[in-house]
Amino acid sequence: MITCRGSAIALAASVLMTQTVIAQEIKIGFSGTFTGPNATNGIPYRNAAEVFPKTLGGAPVRWILLDDATDPTTAVKNTRKFVDEDKVDVIIGSTSTVTATAMTDVAVESKTPQIGLSPMQIPEAKLPWVFNLPQPVPIMVSAIVEDMKKSGLKTIAYIGYADGWGDLNWNALNQVAKSAGINVVAGERYNRTDTSVTAQALKIIAAAPDAVFVGASGTASALPHVTLKDQGFSGRIYHTHGTVAKAFIDAGGKAVEGAMMPTGPVVAAADLPDDNPVKKVSLDFIQKYEAKWGKGSANPLAGYAWDAMLLLDAAATEALKKAKPGTAEFRVAMRDALQSGKDVPGTNAVYRYTPTDHYGVDDRARVMVIVKDGAFRLAK
Amino acid sequence: MNTTIGLLLLQDGLTSGFIYALLALSILLVFVVTRVLWVPAGDFLVFGALTLAFLQQGKVPGTVWLCGALGVTTAVAETWHAWRGNEWRDWRLVVSISLGTPLVIGGLIYLLAGSKPALAVQVLLTLALIVPMGFMLYRVAFRPLADKSILVLMFVAIAVHYALVGLGLVFFGSEGYRTPPFITGRIDAGFTRISWQLVLVVAISALFMLGLWFFMGRTLWGKALRATAFNRFGARLTGIRTETTGALAFSIAALIGASSGVLIGPMTTLFYDSGFLVSLKGFVGTVIAGMVSFPIAVLGAIMVGVVESFSSFYASAFKEAIVFALLIPFLLWRSAVEPRSHETHEHDE
Repeated sequence: MITCRGSAIALAASVLMTQTVIAQEIKIGFSGTFTGPNATNGIPYRNAAEVFPKTLGGAPVRWILLDDATDPTTAVKNTRKFVDEDKVDVIIGSTSTVTATAMTDVAVESKTPQIGLSPMQIPEAKLPWVFNLPQPVPIMVSAIVEDMKKSGLKTIAYIGYADGWGDLNWNALNQVAKSAGINVVAGERYNRTDTSVTAQALKIIAAAPDAVFVGASGTASALPHVTLKDQGFSGRIYHTHGTVAKAFIDAGGKAVEGAMMPTGPVVAAADLPDDNPVKKVSLDFIQKYEAKWGKGSANPLAGYAWDAMLLLDAAATEALKKAKPGTAEFRVAMRDALQSGKDVPGTNAVYRYTPTDHYGVDDRARVMVIVKDGAFRLAK
Repeated sequence: MNTTIGLLLLQDGLTSGFIYALLALSILLVFVVTRVLWVPAGDFLVFGALTLAFLQQGKVPGTVWLCGALGVTTAVAETWHAWRGNEWRDWRLVVSISLGTPLVIGGLIYLLAGSKPALAVQVLLTLALIVPMGFMLYRVAFRPLADKSILVLMFVAIAVHYALVGLGLVFFGSEGYRTPPFITGRIDAGFTRISWQLVLVVAISALFMLGLWFFMGRTLWGKALRATAFNRFGARLTGIRTETTGALAFSIAALIGASSGVLIGPMTTLFYDSGFLVSLKGFVGTVIAGMVSFPIAVLGAIMVGVVESFSSFYASAFKEAIVFALLIPFLLWRSAVEPRSHETHEHDE
């Protein structure tokens, strides 16, 4: 009887506690491209969310994950659900540029802060509520130009996709190379599914550049690299940060040894100097992520999701002092805390948002890595 | 541009051109025998290349499960047809092929994949697994529609293509693969250096073309194929079973597709969806040949490869546009020299 009464009291107590907990719970809506054409990029984000902590700034948190199937309409629908039904405090996502951009309207209209997890352009009118987390392309490309200057290389040729990604890198290269006094001597294009780029490679070699920049991503970057080597090009070959994937090394084999690319510092975390604030955060992330998903599974994409969580954690600590979760005041407080101009070290960058700068990253957001012995190592 | 670059471009163009020519052959063969526009030609190329790539990594390729699923579907559909029509003549053969391939070849691959057998064995296993899939596809998707119009058959072919691409994504993933080269390096021919890859591609394609020519001209089966192509109704009157010749054409097409995949694997990174563009280029070759002549289709496809290579050199951003714009002058020329006759043929049947 006593035990019975004891458990009844415990039950009553726990019910009471859950109720108080629910009242103060922070809710974060997370929509991503977990299926559909962009699923390969979306899945690491979801995997990272599975190792997210249970609290933010000391308060309990509920992560609400929804899949937008790489479809802008579904992304908007998810955002509506976050705002109308779940009454979330912050929205994060989506994990492709198109779907992330589609979500901004609802975020702004409902005055809910949104952290985009794929590079996007933020129009002036949406600036108060929308934050961009991954590094913009020109920041990444400028690392290549810096590296060339350091090594005394003067001319560069470009070969990239004949699509938006190719254009983005081509424009960024022209923009940063000019100011650094580096000549862009050739610009060639190819398609991800092309079977040969020999002609483009020959034309590039004929222009005799000191280095080549391949504006592609993933395994498709291997084709120009291997062809250039095969045709006798001995200069340096740079790639985009979209190429930092084990599959690229698998596809290119020995030929891609020495390939260099800018990337978030998390990729070479172990090689970073100890005074770099990113190192500690990155190693902690890698340890937690790989404990669940296996050795070698950590990657910059999962790192972006982790960084969003770190930013929210830092912001929630401040915002909880001012308002209660679930209220409009709390959303404003979260926004203000996010853009307070304080440095927040993440795995891919040291973020510092201000009311006028919602991109928040500087050259601490990238390092050069080199393919060495079948792995990405920090370039010295 | 100088002669050295010109010769290298020509080599590059010929290497892709011969691959396009092989696909053009398979597209044309299937078209003349069954009137099906063989859109999935490129998908078979991708299956060939990716299956071999997986085997070389010591993994079990997804095509094993795909072949199994297709085999079971075929067996069920055939049993249903046989039971409904009470027509059990082909049943045993078809069912044993469609269930036997995944069980025997698939089983062999499953057992051997981990131990990385010799390259020749891997190639043989790849072909043995994929060729019967052409046969099964014919039995499941096209045989019941054999008498429908060209347009219906084309829609079904496109549907099959999309189904295969979707399944390719499921079984191979969205990343591309590349197989290590069979023979590396180049031969010094004095005026230029010829890559071994080109020699291999030309030799194997020539073997296929000669083989096909001999088969069509000298053997009874080949003559049956030709008769079906010439006049389906007449062929039936002389006792040729057009569904057997159809199944044969599809199997040969699958063999050509998978072999070109094996050949192209070391030259480029192939993705689950790479096939469509390659088969479109082969298709341009067959259109140049007016969908009738095998030798002209081969020449046309080789020309597509060479034009593609040179246009990538001069204007890489507009390469595809230039290649497909080739169709326009040829279509104009074709429609000027010969009146439209296909439609009327169909109504005669």
